[in-house]
Amino acid sequence: MTDTASHTAPTTVRRYEWVAFEAIWVRELTLFRRYWASTTFSAIVQPTIYLLAFGLGVGTLITSINGLSYVEYVGTGTVAMAVLFASAFPGMFSTFVRRVFQRSYDALLAAPVDIEELVLAEGTWIAAKAGIFGSIPLVVTFFFGLTPTWGMLFVPFIAFLAGLGWAYFGMWQSTVVKTIDAFTYITSAVLTPLFLVAGTFFPISNLPPVLQALAQLNPLFHCVQLVRDACFGWQPLADLYHFAVLLAFALLMWELASTGMRRRLLA
Amino acid sequence: MATPPVETGPAIALTGVVKRFGRITAVNELDLDVSYGTVLGLLGPNGAGKSTTMRLLTGQTEPDEGTISVLGQPVPERSKQARLRMGVVPQQDNLDTELTTRQNLDVFASLYRIPRGERRKAVDEALALAMLTDRADAKVTELSGGMRRRLLIARGLVHRPDLVLLDEPTVGLDPQVRQELWSLIDRLRTEGVTILMSTHYIEEAERLADDVAVMSHGRVVARGAPLTLLSEHAGTEALEFFGTPDKLGRIEALSRAAGLPTRRTGPSVSVLRAESAPAALVESLGSGSRRAATLEDVFVLLTGERLE
Repeated sequence: MTDTASHTAPTTVRRYEWVAFEAIWVRELTLFRRYWASTTFSAIVQPTIYLLAFGLGVGTLITSINGLSYVEYVGTGTVAMAVLFASAFPGMFSTFVRRVFQRSYDALLAAPVDIEELVLAEGTWIAAKAGIFGSIPLVVTFFFGLTPTWGMLFVPFIAFLAGLGWAYFGMWQSTVVKTIDAFTYITSAVLTPLFLVAGTFFPISNLPPVLQALAQLNPLFHCVQLVRDACFGWQPLADLYHFAVLLAFALLMWELASTGMRRRLLA
Repeated sequence: MATPPVETGPAIALTGVVKRFGRITAVNELDLDVSYGTVLGLLGPNGAGKSTTMRLLTGQTEPDEGTISVLGQPVPERSKQARLRMGVVPQQDNLDTELTTRQNLDVFASLYRIPRGERRKAVDEALALAMLTDRADAKVTELSGGMRRRLLIARGLVHRPDLVLLDEPTVGLDPQVRQELWSLIDRLRTEGVTILMSTHYIEEAERLADDVAVMSHGRVVARGAPLTLLSEHAGTEALEFFGTPDKLGRIEALSRAAGLPTRRTGPSVSVLRAESAPAALVESLGSGSRRAATLEDVFVLLTGERLE
């Protein structure tokens, strides 16, 4: 039998193809041009508020935490928070809306795009945004007296990796919930408590040992530790551990998100 | 449009395909072939398995049993390869509402691997085909229902596919828009594109399809050219009677006793194969109006009268 595919299209199609990936990113970029202003606005305003609130409030009572000034501590803490918000929320809401309400994913999968490519392209896009918008609080903190260091150039990459994990966490949850309202439970029961044991705004060393142990399971904790060490001095062994945890988190969530999306879209 | 491939086998071949969703069997031992360059109308009531069949062809759902081949590629194994040369027009609008008309087409032009330098031309042609050139920069939310449907079709044609799947292409559209879409589909047919079109509008199938397959409960219960199906199942003429339920029941009983099929059409009953009815029977039935048999008669005869 002759292979008719040679008439109009290449005959070999790989599992992950750059062209599918590129087209999805181009689509996201086109959409992004419509909402970048509001995203940038909140990425600047939120850390400013936190720095003002905590810095002027609590900061006047506390001079330093673990050798860092309160501005340095809160500034890097808000990076982790911004990463979480910039990735977990689009992971939950955008992927849910596109899959269920807009049916965009159905449209893409009817074209030569496979589900693995879709999940990878959407996840890395959200993570890339988290990498950029997660780093903005650091820039804002410069205006509150943070001194720039070379290590801070690693922050967008740390934010990308942590963002990837949270994006896939959100995407996975979007395949678990039945209605979009159910995200309220995840936000209040899962995401908000993470701040309790993350060391974003206060150190975990004052917490009971049980909660300190829980922090080891909290990706947000590892993200904030890695960001602080990048900014104020690496601690090689500990940082390798934080990095490994974030990587494992991203890989596990990627797997869960892929399985969930396959179950929902290729039924 | 597409150069008719030199392939001799069918463009679509499903053999013994079974698809279950829990306890529901949506597609049940389905056998279906579509030759290159033909238009097949897939007729059937809601729930007959038409949409599931479409999703099986794009690899968006995997069969539990049986084999599927699309454009010579085994599906789902090499579904992506087949999808490169397929255009899919879904029943439910899934356009990117945040993008403009042109941007919607741009995204799919790149997804379908149209070389960068040719994309602009391909998109312009698709816009012209869908008569949307002057709305190219309008956001999708600003388009009328008919325009959105045309855009949905243009999106599936931007890469000039060899095979087009149309799932209920004109459902919910007003008659003028429907006519426009019909002429568009007819144009594709003359250009040699293979089309599989699911519909529950009988007239649509009669006008556009070379061949019709009637689906019921997940399998094909009749297959053939519209005229052939008519003469095989409903004859050429029907006698239609109005009246009280009692009267209609009596007419049904008499006709069936004489071996003639009947069907209810709301307030009336139609006696099919009226051309072969004995004069005595026609007399005893009373005064009815004679009309030509339609595919709808075939459809109702084959798929049952009651909704399930």
